[in-house]
Amino acid sequence: MEVVVLLLDGVWAALQPTNLGLAFLGVVIGLFVGAMPGLGSVNGVAILLPFTFVIQEITGTISSPMIFLAAIYYGAMYGGAISSITLGIPGASTAVATTFDGRPMALSGNAEKALVIAAIASFVGGTLSNVIFTGAAPLLASVALKFGNPEIFALMLLAFATFIGLSGDDIPKTIISICFGLVMSAVGFDIISGAPRLLLFDSTQWFSRGIQFLVLAIGVYGIGEMLWTINSSRDSLKMTEANITLARVWNAIKSFPETWRGTTIGSFLGFFVGILPAAGATPGSLMAYGVTKMVSKNQEEFGKGRPDGVAAPEAANNSASTGAMLPMMTLGIPGSPTTAVLLAGMVIWGLQPGPLLFTDQPEFVWPLIGSFYISNVIAVTVNLACIPLFLKVLRMPFSILAPLIFVLSVVGTYAAYQNIYDVWLMLIFGIGAFLLRILDYPLAPAVLAIVLGPIAEPKLRQSLLLSDGSWMIFLERPIAGPITIAAIILLLLPLYGFIRKRMKARKAS
Amino acid sequence: MLFVRKLTLGLIALLASLAVSAAHAQFEPTKPIDFVIMAGKGGGADKMARLMQSIVEKEELASRPLVPVNKSGGSGAEALVALNSATDPDHTIMVTLNSFFTTPLRQPGLGIDIMTFAPIGRMAEDTFVLWVHKNEGVNSFEEFLAEAKARGSGWVMGGTGSAQEDQIITDFLNDTFGLEIKYIPYKGGGAVAKDLAGEQIDSSVNNPSEALGFYESGDVIPLVAFTSERLPMFPDVPTLAEAGEDFAYYMQRAVVGAPGMSDEALAYYTDLFAKVYDSAEWQQYKADKSLLGDYTSGDDLANYWQVQRDRHEVILKASGAIN
Amino acid sequence: MRLAELVTAFVIALFSLYLMWESGEGPSWDPTAVRFANIGINVNNEGPGSGFWPFWLSLAMFICSVMVGINWFRRRSPPSRSRDRFLDTYGVKMFALVGGGLVAFLFLIGLIGFYGAIPIFLFYYIYFLGKHPWWLAALIGISAAVFCFFFFDVAMRIVLPKGALEPMFIPLYDIFL
Repeated sequence: MEVVVLLLDGVWAALQPTNLGLAFLGVVIGLFVGAMPGLGSVNGVAILLPFTFVIQEITGTISSPMIFLAAIYYGAMYGGAISSITLGIPGASTAVATTFDGRPMALSGNAEKALVIAAIASFVGGTLSNVIFTGAAPLLASVALKFGNPEIFALMLLAFATFIGLSGDDIPKTIISICFGLVMSAVGFDIISGAPRLLLFDSTQWFSRGIQFLVLAIGVYGIGEMLWTINSSRDSLKMTEANITLARVWNAIKSFPETWRGTTIGSFLGFFVGILPAAGATPGSLMAYGVTKMVSKNQEEFGKGRPDGVAAPEAANNSASTGAMLPMMTLGIPGSPTTAVLLAGMVIWGLQPGPLLFTDQPEFVWPLIGSFYISNVIAVTVNLACIPLFLKVLRMPFSILAPLIFVLSVVGTYAAYQNIYDVWLMLIFGIGAFLLRILDYPLAPAVLAIVLGPIAEPKLRQSLLLSDGSWMIFLERPIAGPITIAAIILLLLPLYGFIRKRMKARKAS
Repeated sequence: MLFVRKLTLGLIALLASLAVSAAHAQFEPTKPIDFVIMAGKGGGADKMARLMQSIVEKEELASRPLVPVNKSGGSGAEALVALNSATDPDHTIMVTLNSFFTTPLRQPGLGIDIMTFAPIGRMAEDTFVLWVHKNEGVNSFEEFLAEAKARGSGWVMGGTGSAQEDQIITDFLNDTFGLEIKYIPYKGGGAVAKDLAGEQIDSSVNNPSEALGFYESGDVIPLVAFTSERLPMFPDVPTLAEAGEDFAYYMQRAVVGAPGMSDEALAYYTDLFAKVYDSAEWQQYKADKSLLGDYTSGDDLANYWQVQRDRHEVILKASGAIN
Repeated sequence: MRLAELVTAFVIALFSLYLMWESGEGPSWDPTAVRFANIGINVNNEGPGSGFWPFWLSLAMFICSVMVGINWFRRRSPPSRSRDRFLDTYGVKMFALVGGGLVAFLFLIGLIGFYGAIPIFLFYYIYFLGKHPWWLAALIGISAAVFCFFFFDVAMRIVLPKGALEPMFIPLYDIFL
């Protein structure tokens, strides 16, 4: 009960005109930054960090600047879906999974439905996770601490397992795609031995920084997919009919409950993955997509414009972003790049994030938590209100939209890492992706792999270092064990299905 | 056509040289300043860089903004290469740490000579403290030595990176006290602190700023400081010198300029960061995070680099991390 | 399509072999290190070596590309049965014009920076490929560049390279930054 009182106090503080105004401003900035390919919440938060000192001086409280930054974070999570759906390029790494079904929906004339579902699923995910956060933050923090290296690796394995069936009729090609992503994630520098490695063609300038996830993702979706669309549509592409009426938006809102499954899975899974310091929102949203597809009765509809496939990752990335706040506030450990910057901000404002934050600084913590709820309401309202505006983009002639998407891909890749070699690499990946796409190579697994690879590899090696090379460490530990076993079973399922199909075919013939 | 292009390029070059020569008299930045951070977002160096940027912004110390760019790849190799090949050294500066010494030694292929970098200013020296979890039942450095010896390679130390600060200290402990501590490299100090609090590892040599949260909650305890004098923040924690070993190890927090920076620009930045150093915010931060060291610049800083570089070469050779 | 499938599998196989070779390379500070000494699971009692992860995964990639080859031979996969051309005349033309345009775009960025290259690329695509009126192409090109300047350089403080056009921007920095 005490929590409820504290929360109500916090919500009241967040509703004060200054804080409300800051939250609104933050959400709008976040939406914009999130929708811009290459830029995500981390850029918005990092860039506006210095301005928060001015806010702190004017308002005189330490919670106001944080409310502003947290609102940007939320806004960006909503914004990422906008370009994933309308342009087909993930606006942020967290919105990659949203392109899988959001883009096909837009192409088949259901863009408004995809946008509405993304917005509402984000709201549900964000709000559900806020409730869990409010109720169980300290408890969950102690769970997060139980996840050491073997546990995180087991979880990454599980993430792969949920994805193994993704768009892969051709098993060798799917495995090639996964392995390619995993090996590419090892390029550059080996954190464990401290040595540069896999400097392809001995080029330090190109590869010493490694291959960043967005370079591959923008290449595949911004360039490869666009070339493929141009090639297969023969100049006759009609994106969506011109008249988006309020009635259609309303119908889309009414149809939201049919995505309950994806939304629920996304909300809970996203939150849980988000609180683990190594993971963050991107693996969370990918896993949510994988699991939703796995438990669905209509698996073959995924990737072709299934509303569940939009709801799951969107609910998950919002939920995970709240989740990532948890280790940040209760342990002082960032769960994602964005929370790392927020944490830097808190330290600069003179706070000490850590186990004592909740007891020592309630006047900071509760208004902030209150603002999470408020920001979510603002974000979903602004987002829904702007949907007709976003859809204007789709009404552009394709021969104007396409070059703009190319320019956004190039500028976005540069802006993300500020390295011109990454832009070239992005283009090379894009052209390669186009050629492979024609030959039915699935590319989503490579994108997934380059997200999970940099987390999984060090965790695997740290674990094996701990166990002197014994794989049993993944089975012996009380938390890692069950996760590993679940992952192995899931990995073997498609194989089992494959063998059974073979047997049947053999019997029939 | 070619002629036109040449003419245009020539004109542009002329304009550029005019702009530069005008700047030479009394240097003022004419464009946004590239503020490279030799570490990822959210780490210790990043926090400090963003604090410096905020102070510059808030006090309006510079006429052009500092634009922070994180280049953490290859343990700082990416940042060093970026500075070495900067097209405009007068507008390129970097926040650096001890990988400034170790990375060029470990990756000779980069062709970096740190003595060519412009010594702007050292803002602080970060300190290292040995931490254990409270459930370990170890309350003093002596008890730590006894327990670690008894467990052999079953005692696990977590630290940031490989053959960097944390491992250098661990190697020192192993060599000096005949221990066999197993060292596990992590990506950043935050992850180390978290795994120590979760009892995934047995000890760490985190900077105070990284472990402070768990120290205040009582989860981890400091045993010994690797400094020459006791830290004001932990007056009860002995130094290693008191245990009879002459060993102190610090992490530099410095700002350097790209090789080829003009003297005028160097003077400008030295002055700029002196102002940052003197600001109340910076002094407060230094005190809060248990940082030591005065502002050092120019030849003093260059001499400090020379000493540190040679010291690291000796340490890394001894541990077999370089040949 | 059939030929392309085989060629691609072959290229991937070669690339995997190259990756395996590169994975085995020793650390740069130790020229005496033996190639492939770092791919084991417990190298010098320090756990898996730096080449462990990439080497075995590249091997898996190699094996799978051989399987793609086998599937090609047995005509099991759709592309290996297809009689369509990999890229028809339209495809080849489109690929050359658009892909070539993108490559030229990136080269231009190196010379005259983003703000010179963006209008040129957009004009090229919208006017020549899109067959829209020249004024529309010019308008979109220039507005895109202006928008990018205000969004990235001014608002986001991400300074995009300007190449040879840098001096033109000094007065703009004076005003906006």
